[in-house]
Amino acid sequence: MKKQLLLSTILSLTLASGAFAAMVDPAETLGENQTFAFWLLDSITTLDPQLIESVEDSDVARQLFEGLYTEDGNGDLVDAGAVGFTVSEDKLTYTFTLRPEAKWSNGDPVTANDYVYAWQRLVDPATASSYAWYMELMQVANATAVTAGEKPLTDLGVKAIDDLTLEVTLITPIPYFRKMLVHASVLPVHKASIDANGAKWTDPGVLVGNGAYTLTELKPGEKAVVTRNKMYWNDAATVMESGSFLTVNDENIAFTRYEAGELDTVGIPTGMYPELSKSRPEEASSAPRACTYYYLLNMDAEKGPEALRNVNVRKALSFAVDRDILVEKVLQSGQIPAYTLTPGAMAGFTVPAVDYAGMTQEARVEEAKKLLSEAGFTPENPLKLTLNYNTSEGHKSIAVAIQQFYKAVGVELTLNNMEWQVHSDIMHERTYEMARSAWCGDYNEASTFLDLFTSSSGFNDVAYKNEAYDKLMADSKTMEDPQANYTQAEQILAADMPIIPIYHYTSSRMLKTDVHGYPKNNVFGTWYLKELYRVAQ
Amino acid sequence: MFSFITRRLLVAVPTLLILIVLSAVLMHAAPGGPFNSERKLPAEVVANLQAKYGLDQPLWWQIWTYIRDLVLHFDFGPSFKYKDRTVNDIIAQGFPVTLIYGFWSFIIATILGIAAGIVAAIRHNTATDYAVLSVAIIGAALPGFVIAPILVLFFTLQMGWLPGGGWENAEWRYLVMPVIALSTGYIASIARLMRSSMLETLNSNFVRTARAKGLPEWKVIVRHVMKPALLPILSYLGPVFVGMITGSVVIDMYFSTGGIGKSFVDSALNRDYSVMLGVTLLVGALTILFNLIVDVLYAFIDPKIRY
Amino acid sequence: MVTADLRAGDLSRITDNAEIKGRSLWADARARFVLNKAAVASVFVLIFVAFFSIFGEAVAPWTNEEIDFNVIGSADTKGMPSIETGHYFGTDDLGRDLFARTAQGTRISLMVGFVGTFIAVVVGTVYGAVSGYVGGRTDAVLMRIVDILSAIPFMFVLILLLVMFGRSMFMIFVGIGMLSWLGMARIVRGQTMSLKHKEYIEAARASGVSTWKIILRHIVPNLMGVVVVYTTLLIPDMIMAESFISFLGLGVQEPLTSLGALISEGSKSILQSSIQPTLWQLYFPLILFVATLYAFYFVGDGLRDALDPKDR
Repeated sequence: MKKQLLLSTILSLTLASGAFAAMVDPAETLGENQTFAFWLLDSITTLDPQLIESVEDSDVARQLFEGLYTEDGNGDLVDAGAVGFTVSEDKLTYTFTLRPEAKWSNGDPVTANDYVYAWQRLVDPATASSYAWYMELMQVANATAVTAGEKPLTDLGVKAIDDLTLEVTLITPIPYFRKMLVHASVLPVHKASIDANGAKWTDPGVLVGNGAYTLTELKPGEKAVVTRNKMYWNDAATVMESGSFLTVNDENIAFTRYEAGELDTVGIPTGMYPELSKSRPEEASSAPRACTYYYLLNMDAEKGPEALRNVNVRKALSFAVDRDILVEKVLQSGQIPAYTLTPGAMAGFTVPAVDYAGMTQEARVEEAKKLLSEAGFTPENPLKLTLNYNTSEGHKSIAVAIQQFYKAVGVELTLNNMEWQVHSDIMHERTYEMARSAWCGDYNEASTFLDLFTSSSGFNDVAYKNEAYDKLMADSKTMEDPQANYTQAEQILAADMPIIPIYHYTSSRMLKTDVHGYPKNNVFGTWYLKELYRVAQ
Repeated sequence: MFSFITRRLLVAVPTLLILIVLSAVLMHAAPGGPFNSERKLPAEVVANLQAKYGLDQPLWWQIWTYIRDLVLHFDFGPSFKYKDRTVNDIIAQGFPVTLIYGFWSFIIATILGIAAGIVAAIRHNTATDYAVLSVAIIGAALPGFVIAPILVLFFTLQMGWLPGGGWENAEWRYLVMPVIALSTGYIASIARLMRSSMLETLNSNFVRTARAKGLPEWKVIVRHVMKPALLPILSYLGPVFVGMITGSVVIDMYFSTGGIGKSFVDSALNRDYSVMLGVTLLVGALTILFNLIVDVLYAFIDPKIRY
Repeated sequence: MVTADLRAGDLSRITDNAEIKGRSLWADARARFVLNKAAVASVFVLIFVAFFSIFGEAVAPWTNEEIDFNVIGSADTKGMPSIETGHYFGTDDLGRDLFARTAQGTRISLMVGFVGTFIAVVVGTVYGAVSGYVGGRTDAVLMRIVDILSAIPFMFVLILLLVMFGRSMFMIFVGIGMLSWLGMARIVRGQTMSLKHKEYIEAARASGVSTWKIILRHIVPNLMGVVVVYTTLLIPDMIMAESFISFLGLGVQEPLTSLGALISEGSKSILQSSIQPTLWQLYFPLILFVATLYAFYFVGDGLRDALDPKDR
């Protein structure tokens, strides 16, 4: 037991080198202006870590709060609030040693109790966080019962042994537990200031955080400004003095503001990447993201269409989609054609070979026609389906193209554009035929995707049920190297085709050339302002 | 006059109450809810959310508590989407923004619109008339989502004169494009209304009399035509003013002003029930208020009107 | 969406003169209208636009939904307007023919304009006539309802309606129409109240004609002057409202389109023009849109002037 503990401690020390800070190359001269303007597509809704739901909120909160770990550009964990950890032999108890020099922006020390408070707060029925399920996903003991109000907060499997020791008890020994700790929902918060200020505790000037920056201005819909936190334990290594987060709801306007020098980084508007990557390669980049875009095929025995219960029809619908055209001609930002659910960008995951990925598109179309006619659908008696998608220019373009692909194999697809609220209702109620959906991983491990389609998953909107698949995924939870199970699971998905994988996302962005240290390759788009710096030009 | 105002304000109360009930029923009848997400939330999470926002109560109770809090504490309730902000916070931040750019747009649209209308009417059926009307109508026919990017292209990208968006507490450089974009559409309406109102007045008997007396044309216009011709404009300007100071979704979207105009559409699309109700009430109350102000102004300008 | 009140002011003077002149009024009006060159030219523009919207698709070598796989993905270099490729107005980013799409979109926009206006005019006229003719408590209640409805933001209700009842063309027509009858109702009511005490109405009532019959046979026909002018002025507003709905992404379902949807899609080419010029995606639908609205306004103004004998 003791040996085991020691071994994991050593491992953790070697894997997680010291916390990241701006790694300025000695050969570079720093610029005079050390400010950074980041683009947010949507308004900031809240900066309360336990209430955060959107990417925009997380982008800002990550600068204001620091959790046990942060992520580097490759998605590897970096010690932040934690300086070491041990794990019990049964892999169910994690003990984290906290950083002794860490302070809140008001000077208070960051203690294990702050983490306990934040985690309890996430599942507290009074907080009513939409992300309370994240604690359940982390397999923390009693998370579900506490969320449901059946057990007191103190029963949640997280304890402060002393000020600098945090102990977490799990119910399933998931190997990727620590990777889940980067998420905004489990960032620590400062109890005293929340008690004193209520809902106003996230206001600029009031907010007490433990991140490298503090909040100085917040105008939802317009902008947020953060400035360097002198209390931050590693402030000496911070270079950027301040950062602003500007909301611009239109990608083309945002691009214009980048061109005008008002933003330092911006997403590349659809269709402009090919041109920009040629004419301005120093600024334009595109890197894979941990997201997959797919169409759901409703297999529900009562509410789904009969045709989709036939596996050959589902396969035909998937084969008929020319993913290369979608990626190269419609999306045009280096996206990756998807034949599997899990993107290859996930850490430690190798995309398995599935048979239809290797075929030519001509062969797939032929096969699709054959499968359809076997199922009794001919050009005289065409298969008629309706596709639901939520309102967005991008979803529309893909749906329109797929409608034409289907025409070629004799499937009549009716497009039904609906706004998000209605779309998600219908999806969850399974009263659709085909529906657009997508998923971005919550943590950097393939199970964040593959777990979606187990029969018990809350996300399984297609009524897919395959016992072999369920078993593979259940077994993978305790395996040292689950890749073999993941490979088989993907192959089962390709054989059953409950969904049509379409493409894996990329994030294509413009970044000013004097900004260095930006982790362009991080598959979650996770970045930390404290790691950036501007060089003189 | 005083009793007239009191009467109107008293009638406004039931009107607003009906507005609340009507909007609330309509909102809750729409499919979807404020907490929908890509993942179907576990039952216990949904239960907590509904309990926190009172959605587990019957609708009539929700409406009752809403009205109660509104009357007793002037509390519009918490936002469903902006988790740690109240509707009061949202209106307090966003309304001053649209109020400022809406106010300037109103001034500019009114001045230019009236001027254009007068010129067109005086030069009735001449090239000037057609030219003025044409320019005005093209301005009105160009949708805001075309004007806004054109402005950004010209002022920001090509000339580099103005920032491409933001608000910065209404510093003038951030105000120019929203004001141009918002006023363009209204200039035409005001100009057309002013023109037809002028034409009517120019043909009326008392103007003929004034002309017959040998007064120079500009004196006739300034002394006898302007005031009666402006009266119909006044009743139009009430709702226009409300429309302008409550902003526009296109302007708030394109220029990132953080104004309340976007909350309209956003709250409806997000089913942010309380924000939707709050904004609807704001617009409803302002509409009633400015219609009243217009009526009072009428009485001052036109002594024939008695209440 | 404040135009309803503009009409109220606009129309007051027509209604003062138009109601009781009978047939000679219409003959007079036609003669006067023909003299108004801008209005007559506008009528021709509208006829041209209507022809384009009905027959445009038949002329086009492409349908409104076909993707030209030679062009898709490189609209900026291969999708420009050209006789050779058969894309007279160029293509959109997906390689769909904009000539066919503009023709089809114009048709939808005109339909929204006409059907929406028709609904608004019918509902508004009947409502206003009943309110004005019956008078008393009924009138007070009906008008209070109009006041309350007009305090509700138009777009907010329309969005909820489109969400609640799904997004069909029918719902867009009805939704836009249902929200625009308030102004009409007010004008018609005022007009009816003045008609109510005319001798021929009194006579009809004395001879025992039912209230409904009086409203439909005697009141409504005498409101035609107001209604016609109001209609032409309302159509452009409907088309504008539809374009805004399309901008919000709540418009007609693909592959159908409307002028508003085409302009909204094309408007992104303004800011992309320096990197990849595809401005034709904006200006063809925009020119048609502006020309149509322009023509409707001039016809509307022309009709009003024609129906107002004082204005010479």
